Amino acid sequence: MTQDRSEMSEDDDDKQSPPLDLRSAAIAEPSSSSSSSSVVVVVDSTPNKSRNCISSSSSGSLTSQPFPDHVLENVLENVLQFLDSRCDRNAASLVCKSWWRVEASTRSEVFIGNCYALSPARLTQRFKRVSSFVLKGKPRFADFNLMPPDWGANFAPWVSTMAKAYPWLEKVDLKRMFVTDDDLALLADSFPGFKELILVCCEGFGTSGIAIVANKCRKLKVLDLIESEVTDDEVDWISCFPEDVTCLESLAFDCVEAPINFKALEGLVARSPFLKKLRLNRFVSLVELHRLLLGAPQLTSLGTGSFSHDEEPQSEQEPDYAAAFSACKSVVCLSGFRELMPEYLPAIYPVCANLTSLNFSYANISPDMFKPIIQNCHKLQVFWALDSICDEGLQAVAETCKELRELRIFPFDPREDSEGPVSEVGLQAISEGCRKLESILYFCQRMTNAAVIAMSENCPELTVFRLCIMGRHRPDHVTGKPMDEGFGAIVKNCKKLTRLAVSGLLTDQAFRYMGEYGKLVRTLSVAFAGDSDMALRHVLEGCPRLQKLEIRDSPFGDAALRSGMHRYYNMRFVWMSACSLSRGCCKDIASAMPNLVVEVIGSDDDDENRDYVETLYMYRSLDGPRKDAPKFVAIL
Amino acid sequence: MDEFINLKETELRLGLPGTENVCEEKETVSCCNNSNKRALPSGSENETESSTRKTETSPPRKAQIVGWPPVRSYRIKNNIQTKKNETDHEVQGSYVKVSMDGAPYLRKIDPSCYKGYSELLKALEVMFKFSVGEYFEREGYKGSDFVPTYEDKDGDWMLVGDVPWEMFLCTCKRLRIMKGSEAKGLGCGV
Repeated sequence: MTQDRSEMSEDDDDKQSPPLDLRSAAIAEPSSSSSSSSVVVVVDSTPNKSRNCISSSSSGSLTSQPFPDHVLENVLENVLQFLDSRCDRNAASLVCKSWWRVEASTRSEVFIGNCYALSPARLTQRFKRVSSFVLKGKPRFADFNLMPPDWGANFAPWVSTMAKAYPWLEKVDLKRMFVTDDDLALLADSFPGFKELILVCCEGFGTSGIAIVANKCRKLKVLDLIESEVTDDEVDWISCFPEDVTCLESLAFDCVEAPINFKALEGLVARSPFLKKLRLNRFVSLVELHRLLLGAPQLTSLGTGSFSHDEEPQSEQEPDYAAAFSACKSVVCLSGFRELMPEYLPAIYPVCANLTSLNFSYANISPDMFKPIIQNCHKLQVFWALDSICDEGLQAVAETCKELRELRIFPFDPREDSEGPVSEVGLQAISEGCRKLESILYFCQRMTNAAVIAMSENCPELTVFRLCIMGRHRPDHVTGKPMDEGFGAIVKNCKKLTRLAVSGLLTDQAFRYMGEYGKLVRTLSVAFAGDSDMALRHVLEGCPRLQKLEIRDSPFGDAALRSGMHRYYNMRFVWMSACSLSRGCCKDIASAMPNLVVEVIGSDDDDENRDYVETLYMYRSLDGPRKDAPKFVAIL
Repeated sequence: MDEFINLKETELRLGLPGTENVCEEKETVSCCNNSNKRALPSGSENETESSTRKTETSPPRKAQIVGWPPVRSYRIKNNIQTKKNETDHEVQGSYVKVSMDGAPYLRKIDPSCYKGYSELLKALEVMFKFSVGEYFEREGYKGSDFVPTYEDKDGDWMLVGDVPWEMFLCTCKRLRIMKGSEAKGLGCGV
């Protein structure tokens, strides 16, 4: 199944990223890296005799070669054009200077995993013909208020640089960036052929910025606002789309907390013959949804808005919602239900059998309401819900959804001491019923090692395992033991595991398992876990593919941090908050590793001499520390 | 006529029958041994509040930790909105249809306008020009061919008057005044 970013917003991103080694050879440019998404610092260059090409070294003396002739470069260009994966492109660019140059001139899609890893100028200097641009900003823990606002990740310098360098730019995909209305205006003005704007978990803009994009980007195909904070500037942005037939294929505005002009929306949908994906916000009522559906039966992905109505309908004759849904034969992805009136849920029965993706995670549905729906969803591959469906609901999922690939269960009451309607019972059931499971995010209050072990054995295809036992330090509630064995089994048995988030009571043993078995793990999230520095050392020493490490409230100190110094240039970032780090140690690391930006983030800006580090966020960078750091960030 | 319904009998509470005033206090758990520098009393709901770095002495109840559990504030806000909507829909201004067997058309009333069963039934009696008889806890309504019933959230038809008024308001979806032989089936004394 394709990972459609505009459908489900979470951050399972780049699956491939070349593991880079400090000692790798043949870097084309001494002053820059060979790829946009990774930094390789040349410590020593080992000329590879089997390769007959120029290898540069910091010492500067090169074996001279006749300049590659134009025919060769043209051939290369034609060949490299077909390379899509950035992993392959990064590898190709490492071959020699000629290949580096040709690859740079043919790369049209650029992915930047950390906006502070390089400057916009470097991007435009190396890549000349970029038409599609993916950029990520803040680290994920910023979503949970662990970082003060105004930390950075501004889109402004990127858009202004690209406006001059890439007038042909077609696609911009941002995650956790700070985007202003002015940025959007500049974007709309600078790129006449602009086609796709995707903003995931962004903030800083409002409906006025969206209105400008809607109005000026005449070739717009995709406008996806996903889980972003959009201020209500009281602008009727829907009416700002041009009057004639649009190119729109996807319009997602479910996160926009502002009423919309429904009549204008109806008109827009009517003149958008290519529209396949439509995600409404909660200000669109059931009656209005009904009218839209009648006019757009070609939709494949639908966000249903509120799925309720404010007042009682005028007439006794309620619209036949089920009929409208049954006319939408192509709908395979359903979400919304923001203010669900459960008595209307049966209206979706006609589309259940076709659904591959269902998102109930904004609807507080009981098992009784849920079971009749899910029993029809045999083709379901992606399912998000609230824990209000209970273990009983999960059992129903396990019975029916044999094709399930991705499951996310969110807590309706996200407090540590809330009642937990889902538990190991649900997890066990899913593991037995959904053998093709690849990705799971599961919030619960109680869990057992046995259930986690069962999942590790039953679901060998797991690549993402994120278990959040909401009570901190909570052990296996049946045996009273730590959750070490459960997570150990996951890293051991799930051979394809790339992403892991742990919780519950965990000792160093759990981390020993991770270091021993977690050879493909790229992203690791740790909270309230571990006993000592050894835990972190196991991971830093044992997980060669680790790229993103986020740790909070765990007893890891300086010794552990130092033990990972050989890794940090090969990682995208390390986040450690409320651990046991000292400022002195962080300073040492910063001095020892010049291409690493070491940010210490605190709220106490008076106490500069304080040795305790509240939050450490460090990442590699080709262009040194950023110039836009706010006062509460100290770059060591 | 508030003795009409014996609320105490049907009251749901914790404790053995016959005991008065049983209140369970929330277990006070002292905070975990881990450093708890950023505990806030209501951390998760206020998204703009930065974490305050204060060391906590043991708080009276389990304080919320900033950013834990790791649910985006966007979802939390939505859940709060959902909870609010549910209470709104259930209690305030929700009209329900009222049908009477044999009547040519239905009526609509808002049960939350009334203070209790006696008022509601009186209003229905006036609306449909009938009288409802006397309610007995075990036998139901006696002395009339008409029996007031309602459909609850599970879709079952229940006798009006069995549950406490507030609970009735939450669960009543529509009303039906049954008449004649069908009404007898509800356990009125045969």
